[in-house]
Amino acid sequence: MPRSRIRSAVPLLALGLLAAGCGNGEPAGGSAGSSDEIKVFAAASLTGAFTELGGRYTAANDGTKVTFNFAGSQALATQIRQDAPADVFASADTGNMDKVKDLVGTPQSFAGNLLQIVVEQGNPRDVNGLEDLARGDLKVVLAAEEVPAGKYARQVLDKAGVTVAPVSLEDNVKAVVSKVALGEADAGIVYVTDVTGGGDKVEAVDIPDDHNVSATYPIAVVRTSRSQLKAQAFTDLVRSAEGRRVLERFGFLPPPTA
Amino acid sequence: MTGPARRRQAGGRSRVPGLLLVPAGLAVGFLAIPLVGLLGRTPWADLPAALTAPQVREALRLSLVCSLGAVAVSVLVGVPLAFVLARVEFPGRNLVRALTTLPMVLPPVVGGVALLLAFGRRGLAGQWLERAFGISLPFTTTGAILAEAFVAMPFLVITTEAGLRAMDRRFEDAAATLGAGRWTTVRRVTLPMIAPSLGAGVALCWARALGEFGATITFAGNLPGVTQTMPLAVYLALETDLEAAIALSLVLLAISLAVLVALRDRWFPTA
Amino acid sequence: MSTREGTAVSLDARVGLALGTLDLEVEMTVGTGELVVLLGPNGAGKTTLLRALAGLVALDRGRVVLDGVVLEDAEAGEHVPTERRPIGFVFQDYLLFPHLSALENVAFGLRARGLPRAEARRRSAAWLDRVGLAGQAGSRPRALSGGQAQRVALARAMVSDPRLLLLDEPLAALDAASRTEVRRELRRHLASFDGTRLLVTHDPLEAIALADRLVILEDGRITQTGTAQEVSSRPRSRYAAELVGVNLFRGRAADGAIRLAGGAALVAAGDHRGEVFAAVHPHAVALHRRAPEGTPRNVWAGTAEALEVVGDRVRVRVTGPVPIVAEVTPAAAAELRLADGGPVWASVKATEVTVYPA
Repeated sequence: MPRSRIRSAVPLLALGLLAAGCGNGEPAGGSAGSSDEIKVFAAASLTGAFTELGGRYTAANDGTKVTFNFAGSQALATQIRQDAPADVFASADTGNMDKVKDLVGTPQSFAGNLLQIVVEQGNPRDVNGLEDLARGDLKVVLAAEEVPAGKYARQVLDKAGVTVAPVSLEDNVKAVVSKVALGEADAGIVYVTDVTGGGDKVEAVDIPDDHNVSATYPIAVVRTSRSQLKAQAFTDLVRSAEGRRVLERFGFLPPPTA
Repeated sequence: MTGPARRRQAGGRSRVPGLLLVPAGLAVGFLAIPLVGLLGRTPWADLPAALTAPQVREALRLSLVCSLGAVAVSVLVGVPLAFVLARVEFPGRNLVRALTTLPMVLPPVVGGVALLLAFGRRGLAGQWLERAFGISLPFTTTGAILAEAFVAMPFLVITTEAGLRAMDRRFEDAAATLGAGRWTTVRRVTLPMIAPSLGAGVALCWARALGEFGATITFAGNLPGVTQTMPLAVYLALETDLEAAIALSLVLLAISLAVLVALRDRWFPTA
Repeated sequence: MSTREGTAVSLDARVGLALGTLDLEVEMTVGTGELVVLLGPNGAGKTTLLRALAGLVALDRGRVVLDGVVLEDAEAGEHVPTERRPIGFVFQDYLLFPHLSALENVAFGLRARGLPRAEARRRSAAWLDRVGLAGQAGSRPRALSGGQAQRVALARAMVSDPRLLLLDEPLAALDAASRTEVRRELRRHLASFDGTRLLVTHDPLEAIALADRLVILEDGRITQTGTAQEVSSRPRSRYAAELVGVNLFRGRAADGAIRLAGGAALVAAGDHRGEVFAAVHPHAVALHRRAPEGTPRNVWAGTAEALEVVGDRVRVRVTGPVPIVAEVTPAAAAELRLADGGPVWASVKATEVTVYPA
């Protein structure tokens, strides 16, 4: 009879709800606290280099997996402030690291980066320098100001005294590269490492040193991490000679002094 | 069930089984709690300042322009499409109907990528548009309108087609016997009679266009005053200034709510 | 053959089409000013025929000519679209446009045909007044009663002075109480209309009250046409016979007897030859429990089956070699214990058998 079937379903339903509720018994950062995985929040420009370092880390640390969250540093900082589960935070600028300084251990600089102009392979629009970016016939894309790459780009342009009217402000630096790679935009300002990472669809146009800005990348262990030791091991790897070699291969510079 | 409970059930006026109230209540909670949360975290004191900031006003203006533009595009081409789908039998009709619903199930960013591949500078149609007319759609307000129309039009087409199918076609016969040609019949009989469905379709279409994000940011880009509509502004503000993001979200919510309440009678036609 | 002598032909229609399970093959003419009623059982094709004449359904075969103008010719590939035919159509459920007022409904056809708004409204108001609904001009259809809606539908169809007025079961949607009154009204309005009128109904009372001429349609074919008087005195189909309430037989007459299919024979007065119909009124059938003696020339055995009280009479259905319906007094029915069924003898005088050529 239908009624008795419903009656027996209710306790099952209640049990199910309880079980689901039990899953939340762990503290924030819970799933990151499990002992064979660490979560690394890293700036988008670090995608290539950190993925490789993650592989080496797993090999050297008896199978501890590394899960990455690559995004604009400003987005990551906000997420960490909202108690997103992270064990390590690597930012593309000190400004965003400062936003979470009460939530992380002492930040250490581990790499530097310079900026470059990125254009499509073959440079079809004949872009030769920062001044060209002010041309009316060019579609220039920059990262939004809140994004470190965007902030740096504006600094570079200010130094060179060039005014650019971008057609779009992307929310992470990789999106700038992809717009240029797709052929939708003619040029953008990104990190040197992004141009290398962009493959054969894009090529670089140098920015002279006196206009260029040097980005500093700090890394820190998040205080609420449940795997402090493993997180520390990752940051140690990043800052080690091995880590530096990998970063260099991807185009990063050693951390700027002071 | 014991005596009193049974009596209560029998005495109730609706025939809905009492047990359905539990999941129904959960549904209401599921939908209401996020909204309550939003209202609870709103910085009411800073709201006026946040709302009158030029970037917010710009985003609001753009949102209205683009969403209304998307509705206009959808009505101009979508309503005729609904007519053809509902009234004309042609080979491949089911395929066309499936195509119309595709944007509804496609993740919006994927839609944006597809739009780029079609109408971008190197796109299938975009190349020709640029060469023949010098028209370039990405990074323009028109591009944002098209992106929103792409995701929102299916709602209008589906609702209108349903209304046309549900309508008693003998009214069109009656109009013919009274001397009305096809166009007059559509104008004076068919459209007025499907007005409730049409209205609901337009409302849904507009709401969807207003909230569109993924396709817009991928295809049209993000530039304040040109393509940065409210949803984009909220997303970016979220990354830096949570209070501003909440204020913007509230504005979007209020507008959507106002429209839905004003149109609620059309939602369920009282035919 | 079809129209009365001396009347000019207004509608000349030869309609052949197949629609679903219906196979319609009809040839008919309607005279100028004639009111023809199409009568028949449900599913006969009456509505389809009307819709075909209106151009809402295309002909497979045939030709429709109205007042000398070819409206459709299937073989020649001509088809004048509905909106260009000078017709008016009253639908079974009126189909008044729900979003327009009564006045706007009536004016619709005038406006569609290009008449300026003010003039259209003026003429429509005059028509509404004519059908007694001047006060309802601004009402929406849903606020009107059945009878009122019917009148609006009529006004709407007639206001443009159509050459052919088609009415599909105009009283069917009304309840029995309003039907009589509305039928009277309808008759009055139709009488004042000088165009050709073709009305469909399944109600024989309505048919007889309104028709100049009846056309009986059964299963897609015309089985009989004539005045109400002609049809009732000489029904030529089972349906017509049931309408009138007589027993109808068909057979071959020779040597004073009519041989029916199945072998039985009927004897009738008079000399007849060839294929004939033989009609016997139920009250001319006498029933007996034992074989009767005496004068009736038609006597046969059968079984009394169903009994039905009709007014102050009892109708008895008798099955057997000659299935027949008899009408007796309640007293006779009681005396013969007909309610018990069982074998009976039926007898009919030869003089009570009406014979006419098939």
